Amino acid sequence: MSIKGVSSKGMIKCFLLCVAIFSATFAHAKLEIVITEGVNNARPIGVVPFRWNGDTVLPENISDVITNNLLRSGKFNPIAMSDMPQFPTRDDEVDYAAWADKGIDTVLVGNIEQRGNDQYEVSFELIDVLRAQVTGGESKSLQNGTLILSKDHIVEAREKIINSSDFRQYAHIISDVVYEALTGERGAFLTRIAYVIVRDRETEALPFQLVIADYDGANETRLLSSPEPLMSPSWSPDGNKIAYVSFENKKSQIFIQDIYTTQRTLVTDFPGINGSPVFSPDGKKLAMVLSKDGNPEIYVMELASRRLERITRNRAIDTEPSWAPDGKSLIFSSERGGKPQIYRVNLETKRSKRLTFEGEMNLGASITPDNTNLVVVNRTQGDYHIARQNLQNGNMLVLTKTFLDESPSIAPNGSMIIYSTMHEGEQVLSLVSLDGRFKALLPAANGQVKSPSWSPFLL
Amino acid sequence: MLINKKFRTLLIALPAITLMACSSGPSEEELEAERNRVAAEQQAQAEQQAAEAKAQAEAAAAEQLQRAKDMMAQEKAALESQQTVYFDFDRATIKSEFFPVLRKHAEFLVKNQDQNVVIEGHTDNRGTPEYNIALGETRAKAVQTFLQNEGVRSSQMSVVSYGEEKPAVMGSSEYAFAQNRRAVVVYQ
Repeated sequence: MSIKGVSSKGMIKCFLLCVAIFSATFAHAKLEIVITEGVNNARPIGVVPFRWNGDTVLPENISDVITNNLLRSGKFNPIAMSDMPQFPTRDDEVDYAAWADKGIDTVLVGNIEQRGNDQYEVSFELIDVLRAQVTGGESKSLQNGTLILSKDHIVEAREKIINSSDFRQYAHIISDVVYEALTGERGAFLTRIAYVIVRDRETEALPFQLVIADYDGANETRLLSSPEPLMSPSWSPDGNKIAYVSFENKKSQIFIQDIYTTQRTLVTDFPGINGSPVFSPDGKKLAMVLSKDGNPEIYVMELASRRLERITRNRAIDTEPSWAPDGKSLIFSSERGGKPQIYRVNLETKRSKRLTFEGEMNLGASITPDNTNLVVVNRTQGDYHIARQNLQNGNMLVLTKTFLDESPSIAPNGSMIIYSTMHEGEQVLSLVSLDGRFKALLPAANGQVKSPSWSPFLL
Repeated sequence: MLINKKFRTLLIALPAITLMACSSGPSEEELEAERNRVAAEQQAQAEQQAAEAKAQAEAAAAEQLQRAKDMMAQEKAALESQQTVYFDFDRATIKSEFFPVLRKHAEFLVKNQDQNVVIEGHTDNRGTPEYNIALGETRAKAVQTFLQNEGVRSSQMSVVSYGEEKPAVMGSSEYAFAQNRRAVVVYQ
């Protein structure tokens, strides 16, 4: 605790600056990411403001978006502009030693030029300062028997012509390129989240709202408003559709809605529970919970034929199905052992096996995209926290310290978990990295926010 | 005077003429018409009396029905003021303190078989929303089974679980948790 307290001072300064930038740029955003822990042990990087030679105001500050993305990944600590030794825009302007002296081993530089009516050429270079110091920026390599200048200290260099409406998206793409080049893991900045906002049920006619937004809370779009609860949004693997539960007809029903055409289809309307819809990795099936045959059981529906297959057969509650990455098994919560724990069922043999044993209860599980870990809601001594269990050795690590955590959803690159928690009496979304070191809150302007669902990769 | 004499004759003769007319008596047709008239009059009177009696009876019946309806409404209102059953954490067992009130609901529903109820199941906001939907249904079904065992027809009851989505009391205090772990009998 004390170590964190001391080292977080510098972090707070940096974080205040970032928040200021963030709120100025995206004042319209409903959710705001407030980093609470974990930037101090992240890798420093210099994201130099991209040079713009025009005299108009650009639609979006690309380097700010990149800075915020890298900061929020929990893996990078972009240094403040005031700490930058210089503001180069191309590799040949970079004073490698000056950056190295500041302890910055990676620098991103870029340039924006007007190329026609509403056409902008954005170029950037990601520079390995330490490598450049070794080679003097003049590394050579043999190609077809001749020695040529390879400049291998330039990790990435690209340029692209974009429209004014593409600025933000392109900033996310640059962030993904930088992230992948430096971590070896695909970036998830060009992703979205779906969630449910519940406004005041006493005063609002349609308090329940299904919303999608960019992963950082920007571009919030309402898909649906309802007088009755909306639950369990879940993305199709192509990122075009969302399955969810609606009580608009005073009973639970599963719908699938196209997020671009907003067209929606009623999928199930059985007596009892119609819940927890989750698309299979190939998008052809929907796992769900139905209680039409007596008590909650797991079913899989083939979407083309609407054919239902019952997966579990048990007198206890079975719920919260989630697909293994290979689509061959489902994990789910079951009370068959007394208290709810996580089980895995092989879809071919229908045989189930218990996976979790730690704590009084484990709920709401999903498997990380690399198939190595289980992410669960763990109850230990009455506290509900997000935890991660290694699928190989069964070791469980509690990741969060927040209150009443639920609905964890894993980023498609497996780096981060978004979940719902109680903060100062309000239900808010929160982020935690898979290693538990980075933590952030996403307070909402108005209303309770719950049931987050992270989209797949969108590009 | 001559005129006077003639007038006097006339005075005598006139009643005689009149008397002659009288003494001839009513014809059969006239009598028949008279009988019909009286009968019609009597019938109308009887009909009116019958109608009045009927109206009176109807009014009495309506009043009685209204009284019954009022009583039922009163009874229903009384039941609706005690429509909630509370549960322990993560449990769906009906506590014995709620048996008497549930028996009252059952009695009423057995007596009024055109009355339907929806039994709503709810939970506090601990645990996951999807698990709580399942738990809420278990609670609602516990109430349904209780009422069924008391004789209520299953066609009169339906069940819906809202899990943790519609808390009665906002917040995360022990009080809020306790108020939200409930099943509610809602008359339709």
